[in-house]
Order: sequence, then C-alpha cells, then structure tokens
Amino acid sequence: MAVPVASPSAEEKTPSYVAIPPAKPFQSTLRYSSNRKTIYDRNLNRTKTTEISLASFAYLFNTLITYHHSKSSSVSEIEHRLNRAGYPIGIKMLDLLLYRQPPRSATRPTRIVELLQFIHGTLWRALFSRSADALEKSTTKNNEYMIIDNEPLVNTYISIPKEMSQLNCAAFVGGIIEGMCDAAGFSTDAVSVHSAGEGDEMWPGKTIFLVRFKESVVEREEAIKASGG
Amino acid sequence: MATKAARIGEEVWKSRVDKINAEVVTLTYGTIVAQLCRDLTVPNTINKTDYNAVNKELDRMGYNMGLRLIEDFLAKTGTGQCSNFRETAEMISKVGFKVFINITPNVSNWSKDSDSFHLVFEENPLADFVELPDDGRAQDELWYSNILCGVIRGAMEMVQMQIEARFVSDVLRGDDTTEMRVTLIRIIEDEMPPDDE
Repeated sequence: MAVPVASPSAEEKTPSYVAIPPAKPFQSTLRYSSNRKTIYDRNLNRTKTTEISLASFAYLFNTLITYHHSKSSSVSEIEHRLNRAGYPIGIKMLDLLLYRQPPRSATRPTRIVELLQFIHGTLWRALFSRSADALEKSTTKNNEYMIIDNEPLVNTYISIPKEMSQLNCAAFVGGIIEGMCDAAGFSTDAVSVHSAGEGDEMWPGKTIFLVRFKESVVEREEAIKASGG
Repeated sequence: MATKAARIGEEVWKSRVDKINAEVVTLTYGTIVAQLCRDLTVPNTINKTDYNAVNKELDRMGYNMGLRLIEDFLAKTGTGQCSNFRETAEMISKVGFKVFINITPNVSNWSKDSDSFHLVFEENPLADFVELPDDGRAQDELWYSNILCGVIRGAMEMVQMQIEARFVSDVLRGDDTTEMRVTLIRIIEDEMPPDDE
C-alpha cells in the first residue's frame, strides 16, 4: 500500500501549516420576547419545588407509551424506545442537579459508588421527592449494580396487560439513569429494568434498575484505587 | 363567580390532588415533542420537520387525554353544569388548569357576543427550560404547547360543547405573551342515535 510521505523539497515552497479559521461567534437567529421572560432571564431554581398533579403526569406518560407502543413490534422494542426517550433527560438532569448542589459542598461524582449514590439520592429526590429504596452491588459481576425502587412513581396508574407481562414502563427512568451515567463519564453497556415484585405482597411493583458499566470504567476505577487515590 | 371558581380550584388542589414535581412533567412533555419533531418529517426529506403535522399530532394527543380527563375533573371537583359560557371560561381557567397543572391563566378579550375568549398564560409549566430549534422555521410554525388545545377540546366535547381552541401567540416564538383563543362552536344537543325507534 502506498503511504504518502511528505517530501521536504515541496514543503519549502508552501507553508507547512494551515491557518486556523477565526472563531465564528455563536449567533442565534431566534426572536426573543421583549419583556424578559425567556429561559435565560428566569432563575434556574424557580421550578425546583413547583408541584403539578400526578394525574397530568400519568396522562402524558400514557400518551408517550401509547405512541411508542404503536411504533413497536415487541415488548423489548417498547422498552428500548422508552429508554431512548428518557436518555436525553438524564444528560440534562446531571447538569441541572450539579448546578443546584449547595455551593460549598458541590462536587462531581467521580467514583462509581458516588455516582450511584447521586442517582439513588439526589436524582430520585429531584424527580420523585424521595430516595430510591436500595442500592446494591452484584455479588457475581464486578460491573453490575442495582438501584431498587419498591414502588416507582411513574408506574402509579399503569396496569400491564397479561400478554405483555414482561413490560416495565419504568424503562423510561432506566433511560434517565443511563443518560446520567454516560454524561458523567461512566459509560454503561445498558441500564435494564426488571420487575421483581411477583409474589411480594408488600411491594408488587418492586423494580430493579440494573446498571452495567463498561469494563473500561471498572478498570479505571480499579487503577485509581490501586494508585491510592 | 370568578371568586367561587378560584376557591374551588384552590381547595381541590390542596386537598384532593396527588402531586409530582413539575419538572418531571416539563421534561416528559419535552421528550414527546422532540420525538414528534424527529418522526414527522416533510415527505422525501430525512430531517426537515413538518411542524404543522407536529401541531396536529399534539392536538390529537391532547384530545384523547381530554376525553378521559373530564371524568377525573368532575369527580374531583364535584361541579355541575355551567349556566353560560363565561362561567365555563372561569371553570376552565381557575379550576381545570389549577387542578391539573397548578396555574390559572387569565380570561380576557371576550368577543361581543360572549362566544369566544382568550386564555393568557403568565406561567406555562410545559414550556419551562424550552427553546425552539433555531432553524428559521420552528418559531413561525410550531405551537409547542398545542397539546393543551386538544385537552380542552376533548374535555369540552364530553360536556356537550363543541369548541375550537388554538394558540395565537407564544413567548417561545418571541411574542410578549402566550395566549390561546377558545371559541364556542355549538352546544351539542342530545342526539338520538340514527336508527333508534
């Protein structure tokens, strides 16, 4: 195979570098209202504690599920589509929640367990006004962790038809978790969602979010630990 | 009349409504609109969104919600029939919007014969954090919160009122206010099924 080799004689005539084009300033062509009501004018924490009817959420979530159901041919495809719908929300929530950390103690999660605690605590409290119910590490695989919610709020008014018993609509929340992990620099192979409430009289809707980190993430973590960090 | 509606709205909101953080609703709605913008494209293009189709689909989704939501509304608020369209407007604004999305848009701009009015939205939880795509078209064509029009249309139809609802301005488009025009088309009389003897 011919490999292009720079010939010194040709380079003498023309400069050997390409000038970097001047930076183009970002210019929005959007129109903004004149009375300072744009998202840039409003306080980012303004809606932090605002509440809305759970029924309204249920109608919207139902609309989302119906839409993706109509475009899917299998239960796993519905879950995949719900996951993708949640994914961008996770990316944005990471930024928003870090911004909202108390100013003096704000740190980014830089370890797997820190990140998972951030999701289990901070993210859950922001979305559902309470922490998740448990956080566990797999005993057999070192890249698998489980976040457990006994009664996912998003599933409140959802009943699953028999022929789709495998479906768990909290896959939407699984997507949010996946987006947040990826955005934080902890890539995952997948965040899968499993119903674990069968036979559980106390928590029939119990749901496990299984987070599987990429091997490289686990290796990095071990390298940091080994170097005493 | 207005104060009575406001009182009912406040009371039901405080005591009879299960609640969730508003941002979850904002973000979930955003994900729906974004998906529609990706899926509904102008024929023979890959990613040129057909915003009119998105408006229509949002309205249709809202209509289906409205058909079911009215029952919840009547059960929670225990309100009866309105005596005129002005009362209906107050119920929509101060009870309906309050109970479901915790805002009370102002009712204004009544037409002379009292068959149409504007809802003026000071707040709109659906549109928090939202900026429309900077593609030179979205701000002219997309009505981001159009699902609300469908909801009102669907809910009103279930209580024998055929109405038309459409946005006439939106701060997301660079307008100074967000306003929706609601017009009464006709009262649906109880009609006999065609073959009923």
